[in-house]
Amino acid sequence: MKIYNKGPVFLGIVIFLALALFPFYNNFGKANKKLDIKTDTPAILEYEKVNGKKECVEPKAYMRGEHMVLINNWRDAVVRDDNRGYLSSTGKRWNMSLQNGCMQCHSNKKKFCDECHNYMAVKPFCWDCHIQPVEKEETQS
Amino acid sequence: MSMDRRKFLKVAGISSILGFGASVASATHPTWQPALRPDQMDRNKEALTAKRWAMVVDMTRFKTEEDFTKTINACHTIHNVPDFRKPDGTVDKKFEIKWIWNTTYEKAFPGMEERKYQSEHIKDMPFMVLCNHCTNPACVRVCPTKATYKLATGITMQDMHRCIGCRFCMAACPYGARSFNWIDPRRAANLDPAKGGKVNKEYPTRTKGVVEKCTFCTERLAVGKMPACVEAAPKGALIFGDLDDPSSEIRQIVSNKLTIRRKPELGTGPAIYYLIGGGDHA
Repeated sequence: MKIYNKGPVFLGIVIFLALALFPFYNNFGKANKKLDIKTDTPAILEYEKVNGKKECVEPKAYMRGEHMVLINNWRDAVVRDDNRGYLSSTGKRWNMSLQNGCMQCHSNKKKFCDECHNYMAVKPFCWDCHIQPVEKEETQS
Repeated sequence: MSMDRRKFLKVAGISSILGFGASVASATHPTWQPALRPDQMDRNKEALTAKRWAMVVDMTRFKTEEDFTKTINACHTIHNVPDFRKPDGTVDKKFEIKWIWNTTYEKAFPGMEERKYQSEHIKDMPFMVLCNHCTNPACVRVCPTKATYKLATGITMQDMHRCIGCRFCMAACPYGARSFNWIDPRRAANLDPAKGGKVNKEYPTRTKGVVEKCTFCTERLAVGKMPACVEAAPKGALIFGDLDDPSSEIRQIVSNKLTIRRKPELGTGPAIYYLIGGGDHA
């Protein structure tokens, strides 16, 4: 079998493969990097001390998968219906608020929200209006 | 295809019944329901509630310039309202955001013929104006996304999450009670930490491209506090209460004294009543 213009053809194939496979070799080994989500803020540690355990509004698995739904429902209840108390499945009452609720415990936005949101490449626009907690790293830099 | 009279009437009858049923269903279905189940929600016990929140502004109690600025600043500080200034220190009218502000008698109550004979004092006096929380608000009617709506307590609320910044409400409001965020409010000197500003961490700011206005401090009423302006104003200058409750102070005033409202002839049903002085028997 004879191949015409061997040199340019093979060069072209190599360049094509290099470009097409770039995402694979560039991210090799990085994709499995473990997320470093921290729930060790002073408020959470204090809660653990008083109550003997860490717990969120709803069980951890639900919060991981469905927190965005919960937060949207909270927003609708508070803003549209002026109803601010949430009775959770764990039998507790929580104040439905992002700034004065969630972030009072999770005062580490970078290691809590951003860590996972960056990984998943989602960009919620909560913080265009809501004020994020001041973090130590921020003030040092 | 041909159809005999009997079949035609059957089909027409069934479709009109279905159509009527659908219109009843859509009319009785509540327009707004939060996605949480009722048993998941619990109103704050300490919340102040009313059937019709309203306010009386007693202009005789505002004596000095400071009485006004104190009231305005209390509101604007708590709600992170940006204060855009020109380099010379005057308010930049182009970007101005206001929830409660001063205007002249002439602008607050246009078309009042007796104005000609009103005392100089009243003519020159600044008038405290804010959103009128109308019973039949023009802004709510025109909003294409239901970003502004009535709460059951009579408050005209604004949902910043839903506002698309079309500014129909601003065109509709006869009181100029709405302001648009042309630029990111966090750039204002009073909110930007880099410019020595400070935000109230318990309340959000707004973002570029939304309309904002007075909310009668729903967030404060929910925890049993009076609106910020009512607390900061001179004693008795702003009276806030339930107009629907015959024993409330505000109802007593509105029943027994002569109060005026801004542009009531437009039929919006404003809920801010003004006492402009002249004694109890005016």
